[in-house]
Amino acid sequence: MQPLALEVRNVSKHFGPVRALDGVSFCLRKGEVHALMGENGAGKSTLMNIIDGILRPDGGEILVDGRPVEIASPQKAHELGIGLVHQEIALCPDISVAENISMAATNRRRAWLMDYRALRDRAGEILASLAEIDPQALVGELSISEQQIVEIAKALALDCSILILDEPTAALTEREAGKLFEIIAQLKARGISIIYISHRMAEVFAHCDRISVLRDGRYICTEEVAATTQEEIVRRMVGRHLGDIFPPKNPGSATAPVLMSVNGLGDGGRVRDVSFELRRGEVLGIAGLIGAGRTEIALGICGLSRLTAGKVVFEGSEVTPRSYVQSISNGIVYLSEDRKGAGVFVDLPIAMNVSALDIDRVSAAGFVSRAKEQAQAKSLADQLRLKRGSLDDAASTLSGGNQQKVALAKLLSVCPRAIILDEPTRGVDVGAKAEIHRILRDLATGGTGIVAISSELPELIGLCDRVLVVHEGRIAGEVSGDDLNEEAIMRLASGLMIEGQEAR
Amino acid sequence: MSVASGTGEELRPVVLRDAAGGSWRNIASMREFGLVLIILALCVVMSFASPYFLSWGNFRAMLMSFSIEGIVVVGMTVLLIVGAIDLSVGSVVCFAMVVAGTAFLSGLDPWTASLAGIAASAFIGVAMASFVTLIGLHSFIVSLAFMVIVRGLCLAITDGRPLSLFSLPPSFKFIGQGTLPLDLRSLGFAQVYDVPVVILIFLAVVVVFDLLLRKATVFRKVFYTGSNEKAAQYSGIRTNRVKFFCIVLCASLSGVAGVLYMARFGAAPPTFGVGMELNIIAAAVIGGASLKGGSGTILGAILGIALLSVVSSSLTLLDVPPVWQDVIRGVILLTAVTIDHLLHTRKRARGAVRAS
Repeated sequence: MQPLALEVRNVSKHFGPVRALDGVSFCLRKGEVHALMGENGAGKSTLMNIIDGILRPDGGEILVDGRPVEIASPQKAHELGIGLVHQEIALCPDISVAENISMAATNRRRAWLMDYRALRDRAGEILASLAEIDPQALVGELSISEQQIVEIAKALALDCSILILDEPTAALTEREAGKLFEIIAQLKARGISIIYISHRMAEVFAHCDRISVLRDGRYICTEEVAATTQEEIVRRMVGRHLGDIFPPKNPGSATAPVLMSVNGLGDGGRVRDVSFELRRGEVLGIAGLIGAGRTEIALGICGLSRLTAGKVVFEGSEVTPRSYVQSISNGIVYLSEDRKGAGVFVDLPIAMNVSALDIDRVSAAGFVSRAKEQAQAKSLADQLRLKRGSLDDAASTLSGGNQQKVALAKLLSVCPRAIILDEPTRGVDVGAKAEIHRILRDLATGGTGIVAISSELPELIGLCDRVLVVHEGRIAGEVSGDDLNEEAIMRLASGLMIEGQEAR
Repeated sequence: MSVASGTGEELRPVVLRDAAGGSWRNIASMREFGLVLIILALCVVMSFASPYFLSWGNFRAMLMSFSIEGIVVVGMTVLLIVGAIDLSVGSVVCFAMVVAGTAFLSGLDPWTASLAGIAASAFIGVAMASFVTLIGLHSFIVSLAFMVIVRGLCLAITDGRPLSLFSLPPSFKFIGQGTLPLDLRSLGFAQVYDVPVVILIFLAVVVVFDLLLRKATVFRKVFYTGSNEKAAQYSGIRTNRVKFFCIVLCASLSGVAGVLYMARFGAAPPTFGVGMELNIIAAAVIGGASLKGGSGTILGAILGIALLSVVSSSLTLLDVPPVWQDVIRGVILLTAVTIDHLLHTRKRARGAVRAS
């Protein structure tokens, strides 16, 4: 057995009353590629942020090369030889590759002037072993996969011996991912230990040595890849019961008439040939990994992005929108996953938020009627049981769950016929979550079409009558009834079903 | 989290609505109230420092000095709320004067000539708005370019010489120079006041736009767009149209101001209004318009320019050398926005404590 590069013992982390990590232990051997797997929210990112010094643990200890260490900051992590490549690319697009790679070194540099030649040479040296990228090129001009490689080079520039890769292939095509795995093999041969976070079963089993599984902030197991199966890992990742209470489902919806059908949708990019039907009284879920194209499908249906193919039919008449304005007048509305960025106007009063979708409803002769606007906001706020002060208070005074209700009230103000919700309960506490689920179920029962996109599998399973699974911009399959479980969804979402069949 | 935030939210209305004190506190917490206090304090101090300060003559002069500029401030405030800015207003004011003046000298009647001047300004607005919305350039840089271009046009049209417009008919000059008697003796005032027509026009513009900005659906979209452009798009608002409208509106109001200046001065100097944009932006910002968009009121902006005007008048009455007046004005601008920023961050910090 090789010596350990990194050992995490019994580490815990709380955010308020939420337990993100609960006594997690984890060992990384020298020179291995160690996959860390788990659902969204299992605690992977929290653990990695602790190892990189971004977060401080509440308890437990960390050993690097067998010595206990305190990682108080990312700088300290760098000194210990730990490099983290974040899921989102965090480079400066307007400066050169070489300067990006040496940013940390430049920050520490004592000299007054930049030594561009030394930067270039150093960057060239590091990049030479990775890929053919011109150190003088601007990062913004590179492809996503090249930027990913620059991120890795940036970590290597710190002479790291432990490299953490957080979903590095999420934004890459298959061929680009292949290149990345060649690089990972090279780094491994140089004795660098790698923690590899990914949702994709196939690539983990093809390129990693061991797999550790986290679930709900707890350590579950570590297995040698050679000694386990993909099914086993999926079972370990999801093996839990549903803690939340969900409203009762509508079993009759499976045979109900079709409300909306989407045929052959494509946006010329990620989304290809998406077709599905939404039935009356049904809550339809859309599952998939981050970046699989779930949001893009929703944007296309609502006219918020341009479609290159396909049509949307609602109750027998075609309603394919050319703009969101048209979609709203057709009664099909969208709730953004980015609540603060695109869902609510946080600085504006609650009542003004609610009326935003169609101000004419609360106006007469071009003037907003304060009485009508207040009445509209009050009626919807009561219906959604919004906890609030005055309707004139800014939305920013509300908690996340109540802000989400404001965003929902805004959509309901136009009496929509179908609502597509993107992560309807993201960042919402448990109580508000259950209420939002109840509201959605009631709307569906009342005849409004409900499509819910979510990254939380328990939510999809508890709430939805049927779940479509998106993999790389296409509908990989659907699950419903007794087959509606996390394993089935994960298999489809990680492409295991398709790739597994190809392998055989 | 849920428990804590729940109690926080329930506390809030109690704090705000204690008996009848609630609405009073709301007024007191408004920025406009603070500005009124500052202006009143300044007036009190000045009335001791100079015997002329409280005279009707001085007040009329102060009102006159900012009333035409105030019309441009209204346009600028709308523009700042939508999240844009216009540095070309000084040049566009001058452009309207020069175009209207030239049209008048070439034989057009002054009213039609004025309409031509305002239309020319609106056209400049359309051009700027096209660059901002169709090409996607920032309004700062587009209007900076137009500031220079339009100033150049003014000089080119007039050959660099001021247009003399003494031949303007008295009926037209009346809107810039005339007064209407205001008889308040029955209310206990000592004299009949001669109120300049310009001030009445200015007040009418302020009242109309204040009402529109608070009530009209069109202007509601201005707030949505400036507050969060993406959320506005996701609410089905065509944000580019809204921005286009605001830019053209601001340029058109600049045109109206230009025509009023022409009537007042009976001349059209091609270098008029240089540096005017800074005074106007300063007034709107002192009055609470945010450069990030989404907030601002007409009343606040007018109080902002009133404050700048009172300060200017005070500095003159106190015989402060003109060379130092700009320094003091700048310091006041900086002080006003600093205090406001600090007050707001503290308010937000309190809000955050409540929400957590």
